Amino acid sequence: MKINIVAFGIAKEIINSPECSLEVKTPCSVGSLKETLMAKYEEFQKLKSIKFAINEDYQEDRFLLNEGDEVVIIPPVSGG
Amino acid sequence: MRDIKILDTPLNTQLCHDAVEDPAAGGIVVFVGVVRDQTKNRKVVQLVFESYVPMALKEMNKIADLLYQRWGILHVCIHHRIGVLDIGEIPVIIAVSTPHRQAAFEACQYAIDTLKETVPIWKKEIFKDGAVWVSARP
Repeated sequence: MKINIVAFGIAKEIINSPECSLEVKTPCSVGSLKETLMAKYEEFQKLKSIKFAINEDYQEDRFLLNEGDEVVIIPPVSGG
Repeated sequence: MRDIKILDTPLNTQLCHDAVEDPAAGGIVVFVGVVRDQTKNRKVVQLVFESYVPMALKEMNKIADLLYQRWGILHVCIHHRIGVLDIGEIPVIIAVSTPHRQAAFEACQYAIDTLKETVPIWKKEIFKDGAVWVSARP
């Protein structure tokens, strides 16, 4: 299935776009999406961490994605 | 009441204070974050903040929920600004009112510490000769 991903902060600069789409096998977990992304954009491997938000909530690696989910890359946050 | 906002206009400290006033309050603690002119001895020119706004509001509301549960606060106001900020401008204000002062200090401290860890807001430090996304790299 195709997963559309939105990026903010340094993630937006790494993929050089505010969004991208990746073709992944079904079922696809957050963990395997992370691996696919890190393989495609090696610069992600140099970050302190990356997390994922699915439909506006943080999800762990084992969480399974559904087509149409809102997937957002969350690089280390630095508000305040 | 809770007043939780992400704004692209200058923040107002008085407004945040007034939002948490209550006759039952024995103390109001207001934390005001300010843009500093240097980081690690490097002169900062500006900061740029961006946010995944709907999720950031959701996470800020989770912080507020916890303040009510754990510290029995009366009211909370959290305003965060996004966009380009100059030195001395205010990126964040957190105001908390409680019946007794100790809880207000603790709740406010918890709120700013947790905001910095969980709320999807990012800041980029702009220097004369470059720019860095804060905390992104080890």
